[in-house]
Amino acid sequence: MRLLKLVPDNTNIGFVRIRHIAFAVTALLTIAAIGLVFARGLNLGVDFVGGLMVEAKFTRPAELDRVRASVDRLGVGDAQLQQIGDPNTVSIRLPLPTSTDEGATNAVVKSVQGALTREYPGVMFNRAETVSGKVSGELIFNGVLAVMLAIIGIAIFSWLRYEWQFGISTAVAIIHDVLMTLGFFALTRFEFDLNIVAAVLTIIGYSINDKMVIDDRIRENMRKYRKMDMKTLIDLSVNETLPRTVMTSITVMLALGALLLFGGHVLRGFTAAMMLGIVVGTYSSIYVSSSLLISLGLDPQTSAQKKPAASAVSGAERIGKREG
Amino acid sequence: MLDFPRWKVLSIWGVLLLGIVFALPSLVPERVADQIPRFLPHARFNLGLDLSGGSHLLLEADTADVARQRVATMEEAVRTELRRNTPRIDIGEISTANGRLSFMVRDAAQVDAAVEKVRAMTQGVGITGQRDWDVAVVDSTRIVMTPTQSGLDSAVNSAMEQATEVVRRRIDELGTREPTIIRQGASRILVQVPGLQDPQALKALLGKTAKLEFKLVDQTVTPEDLAAGRAPIGGQLLPYPDNPLGAKVIAVQRRAIISGDQLIDARQSYDQNNIPNVTISFNSEGGRRFARVTQENVHKPFAIILDNSVISAPNINEPILGGSATISGNFTVDSANQLAIALRSGKLPVALKVIEERTVGPQLGADSIHAGILASAIAATAVIVFMLVTYGRFGVYANLAVIINIFVILGAMAIMGATLTLPGIAGFVLTIGTAVDANVLINERIREERRRGRSVVQSVEHGYKEASRTIFEANVTHAIAGLIMLVLGSGPIKGFAVVLLLGIATSVFTAVTFTRMLVAGWLRRARPSEIHI
Repeated sequence: MRLLKLVPDNTNIGFVRIRHIAFAVTALLTIAAIGLVFARGLNLGVDFVGGLMVEAKFTRPAELDRVRASVDRLGVGDAQLQQIGDPNTVSIRLPLPTSTDEGATNAVVKSVQGALTREYPGVMFNRAETVSGKVSGELIFNGVLAVMLAIIGIAIFSWLRYEWQFGISTAVAIIHDVLMTLGFFALTRFEFDLNIVAAVLTIIGYSINDKMVIDDRIRENMRKYRKMDMKTLIDLSVNETLPRTVMTSITVMLALGALLLFGGHVLRGFTAAMMLGIVVGTYSSIYVSSSLLISLGLDPQTSAQKKPAASAVSGAERIGKREG
Repeated sequence: MLDFPRWKVLSIWGVLLLGIVFALPSLVPERVADQIPRFLPHARFNLGLDLSGGSHLLLEADTADVARQRVATMEEAVRTELRRNTPRIDIGEISTANGRLSFMVRDAAQVDAAVEKVRAMTQGVGITGQRDWDVAVVDSTRIVMTPTQSGLDSAVNSAMEQATEVVRRRIDELGTREPTIIRQGASRILVQVPGLQDPQALKALLGKTAKLEFKLVDQTVTPEDLAAGRAPIGGQLLPYPDNPLGAKVIAVQRRAIISGDQLIDARQSYDQNNIPNVTISFNSEGGRRFARVTQENVHKPFAIILDNSVISAPNINEPILGGSATISGNFTVDSANQLAIALRSGKLPVALKVIEERTVGPQLGADSIHAGILASAIAATAVIVFMLVTYGRFGVYANLAVIINIFVILGAMAIMGATLTLPGIAGFVLTIGTAVDANVLINERIREERRRGRSVVQSVEHGYKEASRTIFEANVTHAIAGLIMLVLGSGPIKGFAVVLLLGIATSVFTAVTFTRMLVAGWLRRARPSEIHI
């Protein structure tokens, strides 16, 4: 049986050569992503802004304008409607009623459900969520904290395990990944809720996984080829790990593709974010973190000297040699 | 590399077998699971509310309410205690503003005695020996009692413990299946009720403090005072929404004849006109007291007060001696039943408010499960086929590892009693995708070593050794992200993190150790001079 080989043996693509162009493109895209987030804002779900959400499943495709009109007539605040999943399903988001009275929120949910049932007999309410402003504030705080802790924790790990340059380059690359994901959500206006925070953390996890594999190879090659120029060495390492990068991203994409197509509408935003994250994370492994290593001045010779420093005698010898 | 001692082989198979045995009860329908022989595990992992359908409520106690109640209770206690003192200590200008209790001792000579008396009423908190109230004398005759933070904290804590218990009793009364009731943080209670569709009844039930009091109606009050909102001496004005006489307030005596604390049962019942009401019975002490007061006050009205609002104010037609009474008011069968439940389960020491509510219909939950299973199956098939055409025999080993990994994760979840949520299914599918990464790393490394001209056995050996280091590092960093989600995430995200972390841990075992054993076995048996990889 002939086996499939996606990346031919001894592939040698000059990734590093075009790193300046790649840097420029990356910088532009990142700025565009930040700009989008600020200009268009994220379509924050009730998890993060507080409010209430009712998901209605109609018996036939819903005309958003008509549904909006029926909800507006109730005078319960500015309704945001979004079709989710199949054309029959609509999520209706409303601000929390100004009255803090216990029953006020219930009353709003009831009146919306009542009005829709009257106008569209047979409508089903699959989900209802109410999140108070207090809780949503905490959820935002926890989400941001989680992402920052993940970045810091991982940066510290790769700094301790390798050299400091690896810590910085990984952290920068992950920040890039997170910003690109946020930009994607600002662009598409997909709802940004708690599940997406999980997606962002998973992207961080995957991206770091990918970077560790390349970093580990760079480290290994640095020990093997002490005289090699850093650019060549990174090219070599990226090319050597390329078959694995391609294989793994394809398997993950296959799994996510199944989830996107068959996993139901609740997970759609999550899956879309993940797929984008895989692409962005793989890209940033090569053009953000690895290329950054060169700019940060990592080179096989200086770091090779750090290694024997563990034993005092050989360390002393080396220092002597260098001075001489 | 080729040497795998027998004990190692056995223990690897043992672990895998355990995983499968533990996973099975969760995978078959409940009916079948019940027939599993007794010596085998029965534990199933739980489905999150987003999959089973149901209601999730996050309740928060008003801690300011606890503080207010404490001051009020202390005020009552100080009044009684100083009045009972011999000689009686007269106080005035009592104020409970700013969360502090302050009062003036009329006779300056009694200030020291009063302070001593009041100090004795405070209590130590915890091991630091700090009191729950600070007592100070201001302007030589005014005594100010300020609650300390630790005193307040411990009061909130005990109120919350009691509230959690009451919430549990009330939900149990509803007869719902396997509710989850957990205290969260200092002042919150998380309630999850699978299968519950309409949380309105539950919310109405939990929203009631159910503080029941019987007080005599104050008949000295003039209609003018009532209209102006002036309370009579020793009395108070309370709202009376259903007053048949029209006025929406009523004056009652401050002292309660009897309170809900002395209640032993409450049932929904009907009066002679078939109108729903609630019948309550008191314990023996409460019954005696109720009998005495009703004997002394025949033909006078008393007010039945629930959560500081008057439900009804019937006349005492004759002494009530049997230790039971009926509460009539504007009830439907449902509302009378709810009140009965609330009363039997005891009063909530503090008012609870719903600050987060999520309800998922059973249809959506079932759809999500189906979609999740379908997506997992398709993802697994796609990955398996892809691995097979890429790595041949080594792909088969990797696929075996993935399949067993799925069982081991499910088994571990069942053992831990973990909850599978919708994001958890996503984590599952993702695990299928990433679990093969370890095998990809190993196999690519073996390919590389072969190209460099190493022998078959050496290539395999090197492939596993070099790749293992990379796998370890990659998984540690991945686990960091997972751990953070587990600690900081709420509900569904926690479910995702559990699956992700388990997947990381088990995949190292199945993808590295287990496949290495399979590969070693094959190399030993077949002694191939060339491998297709």
